[in-house]
Amino acid sequence: MVIELIREVEKADSADSLLNAVKALAATGSESAIPTLITVLGYNNPGAAVAAVEGLIQVGEPAVLPLLEQLDGYNYGARAWAIRALAGVGDPRGLEVLVDAAINDFALSVRRAATKGLGTICWQQLPPERVAEAQLIACKTLLQASQDPEWVVRYAAVGGLQALAAATVQANWLAEVLARLEEIIKTDEILAVRARAMLANQQLLMANS
Amino acid sequence: MEYSEAGLPPEMSGAESLTVDVAIANLSHQDYSLRYYAAWWIGRFRVKEPEAIAGLIAALEEESELTLAGDYSLQRNAARALGKLEDKQAIPTLIKCLECSDYYVREAAVQALEMLGDRTVIPALVKLLEGGLAAAVRVPGKPHLVQPYDAVIEALGTLQARSATDLIAPFLDHPVERVQYAAARAMYQLTGQAVYGDRLVQALEGGDLQLRRSALMDLGAIGYLPGAVAIAETLAENSLKLIALKGILEHHLNQTPSLYLSDESVQVMTLMDSLL
Repeated sequence: MVIELIREVEKADSADSLLNAVKALAATGSESAIPTLITVLGYNNPGAAVAAVEGLIQVGEPAVLPLLEQLDGYNYGARAWAIRALAGVGDPRGLEVLVDAAINDFALSVRRAATKGLGTICWQQLPPERVAEAQLIACKTLLQASQDPEWVVRYAAVGGLQALAAATVQANWLAEVLARLEEIIKTDEILAVRARAMLANQQLLMANS
Repeated sequence: MEYSEAGLPPEMSGAESLTVDVAIANLSHQDYSLRYYAAWWIGRFRVKEPEAIAGLIAALEEESELTLAGDYSLQRNAARALGKLEDKQAIPTLIKCLECSDYYVREAAVQALEMLGDRTVIPALVKLLEGGLAAAVRVPGKPHLVQPYDAVIEALGTLQARSATDLIAPFLDHPVERVQYAAARAMYQLTGQAVYGDRLVQALEGGDLQLRRSALMDLGAIGYLPGAVAIAETLAENSLKLIALKGILEHHLNQTPSLYLSDESVQVMTLMDSLL
């Protein structure tokens, strides 16, 4: 069954037939679909890539190592999609890659996806003794991303900080995060970013009251 | 509607660095390509020095062998730049450009006048709609209509030209879809009636990606809140959807008391979060 769907993807001869074939394959959530879905990320077909990313996120953990290997490639477009898939899975093995992409990638769509992903890492998958350090790294990166020149990356960083703070109990950086949110509310030049920081602030305060 | 910095040849897009002084000086350089690039650069980096404004206005008024031969690329760049510099001194020259023989200079001048936001230019813009729908036909052999109708109509909407409402309404039935969208967008801005916003929302379901992108940007520009979910779901790049939703969010925030997040604002931000 999965094999047939893989063949459908391989022999698709139009953008539409590719999209439909990828959607069908992604819906299986099968591990054997992983290599084909990763290949689709390199096709320069945004519709099909979105469907493939969703499929990889659904497969989850088994897709993480193949995705990390894929990042070595030179196909820039595929790399951006792979980072989105890693961000979506939230596996902590993607942490280093996301940290690097959030700060250093030249494409704002990649920085924005990586930044969002840093807020939604599944921390409970880490050995308990490593959680605090990993969260500190994510927090520092998000604080830096909250100063990105692009509004949409700052917007993503605010959401990331909110998610990270909500997932954390009693970290010594919480006060710094709240102070940064206050600062964004007062000083960011983009109204949408200020509003997102206000929402983050309200929801964090509500959760803690 | 343009989605990238226009007017710059691809081979020049490698962020060739100028300084403000050099760029201003280059506006009167004898090398035409340096004048052309300087005009783009000054607009791109929003250089608002009086010398830059004066230099661009002079470039826009310049008649040379090149303009006589039909090359208006410097004028197009100068007009686009003047729109970004927020200086109303440019208005008389831009109005003169509305009669330029080059379509793209007229289009750039209309967009610049829209950006400058001065309502005294409304009569000059309305003149370009003369003849109404019947006159708004394609120029034989060219990829454009006789006037930049979509730009004119969008500008009239932005400038709140209520007196032009009856002139704009017939363009809802223009055969070119982009002109229809411009009319829907302006009619919404002028009347506030949902039927016009909904028309742009319907356009998000169309089969042509370029037109969906165009409708996305229009909905963001008018801040049409009921379109938010349809924007999030249409088939287009997340980057464009995020820009459109940002437009809607900010439009809505500007209408509500400060430091207050309505349920609608939170809903739009939730949609934006899902597109990151």
